[in-house]
Amino acid sequence: MMSKLLKNRYLILRRIVQITILALYFGANAYGWKVLVGNLSYSKFLQAIPLADPFTVLQMLAAGAVVGVDVLVGAVVIAVFYGLIGGRAFCSWVCPINMVTDLANWLRRKLKIDRDARRINISRRFRYWALGTLLVVSFVVGAAAYEFVNPIGFFVRGLLFSIGFGWTLILAIFLFDLLILKHGWCGYICPVGATYSLIGSKSLIRVEHNHLNCTNCGNCKEVCPEKQVLNPVIYRKSGFINGIECTNCGRCIEVCNDNALKFSIRSFLKNN
Amino acid sequence: MDKKRRSFLVVMAQAVAASAMGGSIVAAFVEENKDKPLTLRPPGALPEKDFIKTCIRCGLCAEACKNRDNPMIIDGEKMVTLKMGAPGDSVPIGTPYFIPRDVPCYMCDDIPCMNACPTGALTPDMCKNDEGKVAIDYAKMGVAVIDPKSCIAYWGLQCTACYRACPELDKAIRIEWKQNERTGKHAYRIPVVYEDYCTGCGMCEHACVTEKPAIKVFPRDVFLGKPGDRYVKGWDTKDQQRIKNASTKTTTETGRSKENPIEELNQGVKWNDE
Repeated sequence: MMSKLLKNRYLILRRIVQITILALYFGANAYGWKVLVGNLSYSKFLQAIPLADPFTVLQMLAAGAVVGVDVLVGAVVIAVFYGLIGGRAFCSWVCPINMVTDLANWLRRKLKIDRDARRINISRRFRYWALGTLLVVSFVVGAAAYEFVNPIGFFVRGLLFSIGFGWTLILAIFLFDLLILKHGWCGYICPVGATYSLIGSKSLIRVEHNHLNCTNCGNCKEVCPEKQVLNPVIYRKSGFINGIECTNCGRCIEVCNDNALKFSIRSFLKNN
Repeated sequence: MDKKRRSFLVVMAQAVAASAMGGSIVAAFVEENKDKPLTLRPPGALPEKDFIKTCIRCGLCAEACKNRDNPMIIDGEKMVTLKMGAPGDSVPIGTPYFIPRDVPCYMCDDIPCMNACPTGALTPDMCKNDEGKVAIDYAKMGVAVIDPKSCIAYWGLQCTACYRACPELDKAIRIEWKQNERTGKHAYRIPVVYEDYCTGCGMCEHACVTEKPAIKVFPRDVFLGKPGDRYVKGWDTKDQQRIKNASTKTTTETGRSKENPIEELNQGVKWNDE
C-alpha cells in the first residue's frame, strides 16, 4: 500500500494541487472564500496578487484591447513563475483538462488501443502553428478568439457557473485522446500548453537523467506524454531533460525502478 | 528544385493549410458567437464591441454579485443576477450577462460587480452622469420597453406593478392619466418609460404581472433610435444649435440621378430624322 502511494507520489500530488485549485475557485464563488478568486484566465490570490493567463492576455492585446494594469501584471507574474521555476508545469499540475486527458490515456494503455489503432501522423509542432494562427485570428475578428472555445474555460466556468453545451467539447477531447491520437490534445494541439512551453523553456526545475543507473527498460518512454523530450537523453547520456515540452509531471520518475531519474535544478547559464 | 528544399516547402505549406483550416473554423465561430445583440451586460460595461475585446471572462463580477453585502433573499434563496455565458446560452461564451425576468439587477449602491473587474471591461467611466459623478443610478445596462397591447394598464386595469418596482421611482417610469373612452367613466393609469433615467435593471420586467412580461429590457443600442443632426426640436434654441453639424448635402444621388434627365428619359428612343 505504502509503496504504491510512493510509486504514484507525483501523480497524487498533482491531483491534490489541481483539485485544491479548483476547490478554491469553487469556494470563492459559492461561499465567498477569498484565497483564490476568479478562474484560470484571471484570478486574484489572497486579494492582492493578480494572476493572468499569458496566452489569453496576448490574444486580448492582439485583438486591440486596452486592458487594465492588473491583467498585465498578472500575466507577468505567471510568466515569471513558470519561466524561472515551473517550466511547463501548468499543464500537468494545474490545468483541469490534464485530468481528462490523463484518464483517456490511462484507459488507452489499459485497453491496448495502440496495438490496433491506425497511426495518425501529425507534427508535435502543430501547437505552435495553432498559437500563431489564433493570435492572427484574434487580431482579425477583434476578440480573444481561443477564449470562445477554450476547454479549460469551459471546464472551470462549468464547475462554478454552468457548462451548458460545453461538456461536448470536453468529451470530444477525451475521445480524441482515447481513440484517435495518443496524447493528442495536450501533446499536439493545445496552444495554451504551447505558450507555457515557450515561457518555461529556460526554467530551473527539470528532470535529470543518470545514465549510470539506467537499465534501458523503457518504462519512462512508455508513460511520457511528450516522448520527444526524453529521446535525446534516455539510452544515451546523463543530463537534464531540456526539451521545452516537458511538463514536469514526474511520471517518468515514478515508473523508473532504477533510480535513474529525479527532479533537479538546472543552471540558468549552462544548459546541461 | 532540389528534393530537400521541395519537401521543406511542401511541409510548410501543409502546416499553413492546417492552420488556415483550424483558424477559419474558429474565426467563423467567433464571428457568429460574439455578436449577440440582445445580451444584457452588468453596469458600467463598455460598448459591446469593446466589451467583447476587453472582458477576460474571469467571472469576478459574477462572484462579486453572488457574494455581495446585502443580497436579496427570496424563499431562503439568494438572488444572483449575473451569469456567465455557457455554450447554448445565446450570449458570447464566457462573458457575464443577466436575464431580468429570472433575476433582475438589484442596483447595489457599491456596484460590486463593476468594481471587481480587473480589465476595465466594466468601468466607472460608463456609469457616471454628465458631471462625472459615479453612481449605480447612472448605469445604462439597457432600457425598458412596453408592449401596449399586452400591458393591462392600457386595457383600463389598475396595475402599476412596474411603476412601484422601479428603483428610479417616478423618474424612469411615470404614470400618466388618461380618460378611458371605452367606458367613458374611468381612467387609464398608463406607465411610460423615460429612457434618460432608465438604468435597464429589469426590476419592472421581473415584477410585470402578465404571463409573458409586457415590459421588457433591451440593450439600449437595440431599441433606441438616433434622429441625427438634420432634425431639431422647434422653439428650442439650444437644440437648434445642432443643425450646424448637419451635412449641407441635401439631394440624394443615385446612379440614375447623375445622368441628364432628358437623356435618361429618351434612352432607347429612335428619332425619325436619324
